Amino acid sequence: MAEKVLVDDRATEVMTVNIGPHHPATHGVLRLIVDLEGEVVRDLKPVIGYVHTGIEKSCEDKSYWKVIPFVERMDYVSYFFQMEAYCGAVERLVGLEIPERAKYLRVIFLELNRIHSHLVWLGTTALDLGAISMLWYCFRERDKILDLFEMATGQRMHTRYFQVGGVIEDIPIGFEKKLREFVDDMPTRVEQYQALLDRNEIFLSRTKDVGIVSRERLLELGVTGPLLRAAGEPWDLRKAFDYLCYPEMDFKIPVGTVGDGYDRYRVRLAEMVESTRIVKQALEGLPEGPHIADDRKYVLPPRSELPTSMESLIHHFKLVTEGFRVEPGEVYYAIESPRGELGCFVLADGSSKPSRVHFRDPSFVNLQAFKDMSIGGYVADMIASLGMLDPILGGVDR
Amino acid sequence: MPDAPGLELIRGEIEQDNPGAVRETSFDRGQPALIVDPEQVLAVLGWLRDAPGQGYTFLSSLHVADYLPAEPRFAVHYELLNRNRVERIRVKAMLGPIAGDDALPEIDSCVELFPTAEFQEREAYDFFGIVFRGHPDMTRILLPDDYVGWPQRRDFPIGGEPVLFTYNENDRG
Amino acid sequence: MRSKQLRARDMLRGDLEGEDLERYVEERVVMTNFDKMLNWGRANSLFPLTFGLACCAIEAPISIVTARYDLARFGAEALRASPRQADMIILSGRVSIKMAPVVRRLYDQMLEPKWAISMGACSSSGGMFSNYAVVQGADKFMPIDLHIPGCPPRPEAVLYGFTKLQRKIMGNPDPGWRQRYNAGGTEEWARGGPASTPSGEALEAYGAARELIRA
Repeated sequence: MAEKVLVDDRATEVMTVNIGPHHPATHGVLRLIVDLEGEVVRDLKPVIGYVHTGIEKSCEDKSYWKVIPFVERMDYVSYFFQMEAYCGAVERLVGLEIPERAKYLRVIFLELNRIHSHLVWLGTTALDLGAISMLWYCFRERDKILDLFEMATGQRMHTRYFQVGGVIEDIPIGFEKKLREFVDDMPTRVEQYQALLDRNEIFLSRTKDVGIVSRERLLELGVTGPLLRAAGEPWDLRKAFDYLCYPEMDFKIPVGTVGDGYDRYRVRLAEMVESTRIVKQALEGLPEGPHIADDRKYVLPPRSELPTSMESLIHHFKLVTEGFRVEPGEVYYAIESPRGELGCFVLADGSSKPSRVHFRDPSFVNLQAFKDMSIGGYVADMIASLGMLDPILGGVDR
Repeated sequence: MPDAPGLELIRGEIEQDNPGAVRETSFDRGQPALIVDPEQVLAVLGWLRDAPGQGYTFLSSLHVADYLPAEPRFAVHYELLNRNRVERIRVKAMLGPIAGDDALPEIDSCVELFPTAEFQEREAYDFFGIVFRGHPDMTRILLPDDYVGWPQRRDFPIGGEPVLFTYNENDRG
Repeated sequence: MRSKQLRARDMLRGDLEGEDLERYVEERVVMTNFDKMLNWGRANSLFPLTFGLACCAIEAPISIVTARYDLARFGAEALRASPRQADMIILSGRVSIKMAPVVRRLYDQMLEPKWAISMGACSSSGGMFSNYAVVQGADKFMPIDLHIPGCPPRPEAVLYGFTKLQRKIMGNPDPGWRQRYNAGGTEEWARGGPASTPSGEALEAYGAARELIRA
């Protein structure tokens, strides 16, 4: 594969380099086979599948509510979004309406998870680009969010909090106060991050005009999320499709102009600020009421009723041993995760186990744009684009 | 979403140019679907993308479902999205029974129409063994290259190991 | 405090005599044997390999090196990217069938003495994923010294596991059980590659060196 390129009258050969799957900079186990001519990338082929867990196949063997912990572990940084995509799809299959309080609680946790995902992204990407201290600052905030998750759900990650019909438990006393402190504090933190990186010369020269792909090409490739918004397309599923209580929230969608690494960074930082606003509005507008639907065919009855009501006992027994049955049908439900459009396809065949669960994962589809971003640039720019692309290999490989 | 009458209109218009393409329509739980003949799926997708007034230019997802024991067994689902009117429509291509044990079901690849399908068709091949004719690189994507079998098919066993207790600890194979 | 300074000044001048001198020296000298000191040194300055597979990778190695659960206080803050420079690998996440040979190769490339921690349920036993795509426990193909349960384990649990590994290292256990995995030495020896049939003298020398380390 030798090519003669007349640069200063020298002939250069093309060298194939294997990067990964274990490499300090790849975000997870991504393997790249790169054809390099000197330092310039000529061709790129991602090889994935190193963390393929067969989650979709495992889901076919479990009853509908037991699938929820499996499905959360796909994209392991934005776990609430997978739960929402799956629970929303099953609720549409079954025709179940969730109460208002559950919608608001779900939105609070989803937006907190979005901030968490962007913080992890910012910390690790800045680490790749050399701004090592960002990791510590971002993870300081991330620990505060995880404290909030732990207070409400008992677990830091993979909380199994959303159930078909609502959320599994109401928020405890003291949660609102702690959440309010966090929400008041977060905008100043984002300003601190901006003060560190926005005008930093090294960061600017590493991200400005790096990895530009045109808007039309991104749409052809099926890319959604902050990557598409940074290229100038104001497409966000929260505003396009009305799901949960987003129509009642007042928030803006940050949109970039050029679509290079710097725009992607700015878009995600602005999204963090917008998410904080959404959480604040949801907290203030949180209605009273039940936190889960009360259709006993699909939702576990509260434990306090079990000793006194025979019916509740029977429902509980049936739901725990066999699970609920769903009429045959199929549904595709998509939400806006921090990386783009996360869609869940559930096929029901009348039994108590789903016949097919498929996730349209945003990182999997966004990875197709990586080749366009890096070809013709330097290797170091390829690493910077990979950081700005924000792939999470758990979602890519499922 | 185009509602049920709208769906019938779409079917009528497609039938004018490509007779016999749409086998049936379904409107289930608020989601419209067109069930098409797999040989003409490219014509239907192209019409939905290009016809003035339709404009389903975004392929959200391409995935396969196995309807065993119903025949035809595989269905390739194309989830299309019209971003201007914010509407979704689903196109299902049902792949017929496989003649002979080794033959893999085939369908035309839509990578020319929708480049986003590249990885997703490879994933469908990897898990179900459906070959997409005209795909630039029809190889396995998520499983090791030398893996034998199509895991996501309904008759493929789930695998794994049974949990060891004292009563069965001595008879692990 | 003041008396200590006075005694230090006297010592420097050479003024301490007799019992004072003896007591001074006793307070500052530790008598031990070489192995204990060696193992103490090894345990308190482990170089972990930067290796994260899936969800547990967010808790470790990323979260335990951050400020709240500081790994640096145990001496293990120098995460190395190259397996040749690291002596501990933390398998954080599910090991899929495609990744297993890669992990084994990384482990083989590490130089002796080396340890492996299997963090979380997925790498210890396959976790909740009992299916065709996940190896049911990393100790099916490589020797693991410590298993940490949890899904994902809290960073405090990982640190507790880490201190247990330190105690294990200080106890200097016999690594002979790793022969079951053919995991003695680095990769050329373990995998039967072209360099794995050494000459007679090399074999003797290596065997002698191994006796020395083990004793």
